[in-house]
Amino acid sequence: MKVSIEVNGRSLTEEVPDRTLLVHFLRDTAGLTATNIGCDTTSCGACTVLLDGESVKSCTVLAAQADGHAVTTVEGLSSSDGELHPVQRAFREQHGLQCGFCTPGMIMASVSLLADNPKPARDEVRAGLEGNLCRCTGYHNIVSAVVDASGQEVDR
Amino acid sequence: MSIVGTRVVRREDRDLITAGGTYVDDLRVEALSGAAHAVFVRSPIAHARIGGIDVSAAKEAPGVLGVFTAADLGLAPHPSGPLLEPWLAGDVVRYVGEPVALVVTEERYQLADAAELVDVDYEPLQAVATIEAALAGETLLFPDHGSNVVQVNGAKEFDDGIFGDCEVVVTQTILNQRVAPAPLEVRGAACVWGEDGRLTAWLSTQNAQMARGQLAAGLGVGEESVRVIAPDVGGGFGAKIGADPEATVLGWAARQLGRGVRWVESRSENLTAMTHGRAQRNTVTIGGKRDGTVLAYRLDVVQDAGAYPRMLLLPMLTELMAVGVYRFPKVETRSRAVVTTTTPIAAYRGAGRPEATAAVERAMDRFAAEIGLDPAEVRRGNFIRPEEFPYQSPTGASYDTGEYAAALDKALDAAGYAELRAEQQRRRAAGDPVELGLGIAAYVEITGGDGGGESGRVDIHPDGSVVAWTGSSPHGQGLGTSLAMLLSDQLGVPLEKITVRHGDTDEVPNAVGTFGSRSLQLGGSAIRQAAEEVIAQARELAADLLEAAPDDLELDAERGVWQVRGAPSSTVLSWAQVAEAAGGGKLSADVWFGGGAPTFPFGAHLAVVEVDTETGKVELRRIVAVDDAGPIVNPLTFRGQRHGGLGQGAAQALMEVVTYDEDGNPTTATLADYSFVTAAELPDFELVDMATPTDRNLLGVKGIGEAATIGSTPAVHNAVVDALSGRGVTHLDMPTTPIRVWAALEEARKGSAQ
Ligand code: FES
Ligand code: FES
Repeated sequence: MKVSIEVNGRSLTEEVPDRTLLVHFLRDTAGLTATNIGCDTTSCGACTVLLDGESVKSCTVLAAQADGHAVTTVEGLSSSDGELHPVQRAFREQHGLQCGFCTPGMIMASVSLLADNPKPARDEVRAGLEGNLCRCTGYHNIVSAVVDASGQEVDR
Repeated sequence: MSIVGTRVVRREDRDLITAGGTYVDDLRVEALSGAAHAVFVRSPIAHARIGGIDVSAAKEAPGVLGVFTAADLGLAPHPSGPLLEPWLAGDVVRYVGEPVALVVTEERYQLADAAELVDVDYEPLQAVATIEAALAGETLLFPDHGSNVVQVNGAKEFDDGIFGDCEVVVTQTILNQRVAPAPLEVRGAACVWGEDGRLTAWLSTQNAQMARGQLAAGLGVGEESVRVIAPDVGGGFGAKIGADPEATVLGWAARQLGRGVRWVESRSENLTAMTHGRAQRNTVTIGGKRDGTVLAYRLDVVQDAGAYPRMLLLPMLTELMAVGVYRFPKVETRSRAVVTTTTPIAAYRGAGRPEATAAVERAMDRFAAEIGLDPAEVRRGNFIRPEEFPYQSPTGASYDTGEYAAALDKALDAAGYAELRAEQQRRRAAGDPVELGLGIAAYVEITGGDGGGESGRVDIHPDGSVVAWTGSSPHGQGLGTSLAMLLSDQLGVPLEKITVRHGDTDEVPNAVGTFGSRSLQLGGSAIRQAAEEVIAQARELAADLLEAAPDDLELDAERGVWQVRGAPSSTVLSWAQVAEAAGGGKLSADVWFGGGAPTFPFGAHLAVVEVDTETGKVELRRIVAVDDAGPIVNPLTFRGQRHGGLGQGAAQALMEVVTYDEDGNPTTATLADYSFVTAAELPDFELVDMATPTDRNLLGVKGIGEAATIGSTPAVHNAVVDALSGRGVTHLDMPTTPIRVWAALEEARKGSAQ
């Protein structure tokens, strides 16, 4: 089927198999490989992107369902002059990533979390990121990164 | 001021956070354009004879380029251990997930449809799903071997006499449950044979050079015919050491088809077919005096090796580290490894040492409880003392340096141990249904224990840039930043001008790679040695240029310039100028650091839990950790490694376990079933720093990658048992899930009612 999806501000119209998942559309059709696949049960959150500004796990959305909608991936976060988004800057500054595989999904989930709750407490960050798994960091610095990105003092 | 020891944000991150890095499945390189896709057909049955495999329907499916079984391969068997593991099962399958066929298609979306059409006739055999069933030996996995026991090590017979002088003797069996390393990036590979007859394999591996050796041996070609490249690697935790058999089959298929082939497994495949870790049943016997002195310790290890013994080193490492941080006068150990119809076991973060620590730390608590002393007190009385180092342990390890009592005291002070104990008493007295539990673990581990060396090369170019190649192969540890910091410090060159490369066997032909927390101590020492050689070369060249004696020259490591000693105002030479004079386009040194004796990082962790005795729910409230791995190069990444280790170690105690039913069917084959710790279940970690150098390498450093995993599991485990100790519970196996806690309380209640 033919789908039209606005990806990071660029409109893409492509013919894809009906069963194409959004994550595969992003990776294989749009050529944006930052969005990762870490599971087959919608459990890990590595594939998290924004769909019309709301975070979704793109491994559970059909490309067809995103037809006519706007998707943002981590590639679309930093400004065109390369300046990092506050969440990206904070992940780097707080060492919120190690191998980096969970990171695009984690950053997108954090962007969405901060849109809903601009000044979260550490516990609220922990609860908010429950659907995103990280095997490397023990989460401590991810929580710090989100707190930092919200403009609050990181005291740990 | 030196950059070493200061907090430097990682250079690795920019690409990872803006473009997501390049993992195997992200590769869009020219060589792989038009590559086919592959999937393994895997056994759904734990143990069965294969009556036949019909691939005819699969071959007709849309897009299919090839369907291959054991009959097609014609490769010499995979030499994985004392028993041969087939590349693809031909006669018998021995675990759910064992590969039996490979399907290759044009498009990724055609794989599943075609794979479903491969028709395998399985004639079921009895499963051997537990250590007990394996030891009973009613069904043998390898009848020709004559036993399910595949390795015996250590004491031939135990001597009960060693407990003769003891006033108190306690025996406890401690299960160290099977867990899944489960890196977030699953396994993947892409293989292409070039027109020159060489294979290029991109692999998600910790260890490109070892993978090259394994691929070459498996495919029956020379090592020079294989190039392995590790692109960004999404975690390894020991399970991505080298190349798994799947990579060799993939390389074979690429050659057979004359076409590039790529493979990425699914998470369910990863959880059933990537090696698992731990899986030991350890029985400890500990005896001593009522004043808390331990006189004798016995450790009896049974390792579940899974269906094919891939790493029988693990139980031996558990024996080697059996006594932990204690000066036990009499010690005996033995280990046996058995095969079961389950996924093969191999290294997982700590690989044999966490199991030793979990056993001895649980034993110390059991002993302390038996004599009615505080577990911290009993530990203090039995520590190896600072003046005893280097310490030759009775199991054959030579510990370098240690301050075990100091580490424990720091952890307890930081936590407010006395106050926590008082709170525990208050709650108990008040009959609070939510119990407080405190768990201590003091640990020592061995890093760089393979005793091998590592390669390092440093080039300085006439434009003043520095390029270093390391044989280590980081996959999230931030080693590239740490090595650049070491070089910057040593050469006086700013970080921006330094590049660190790794993970390509054509660029770094000789290496041992990353495992066992060896990278900084050995890889870092190699880089230091290479830089020293470059400095020595530069001194001669600069001496020529400045018409001075080499001994009169010095490198000003603040400014990165060469000058005549004591005459700082005279002419100075930059690295660029010296490199210019070197001829051959650069100054260069390529070394092998071979002096890498093992080192012994140590520490102490305190865990605080709350256990709701009405529901069995355990909440981890605090972890206070002292982890001493010698001098710290980059506190940022050092702390990050500790955080990760604490999280993974705590998760083993609390929730992680791979399970099978009695027929050997995995019951934790997806992330929906396998309990993976989330941010919501962990507390903020409280880290206390301590740094005792070693004299066993050029940097004085020890490894930190596994340390915090090793301490945190027993700390959290002990905390849960401690919380229940007032209610008659003396032991509880991991993971301490609500149902298990609740059942233990029920049992204790029944026991006290009788
Ligand atoms: S890949 Fe989408 S949640 Fe795991
Ligand atoms: S950084 Fe590796 S999984 Fe999160």
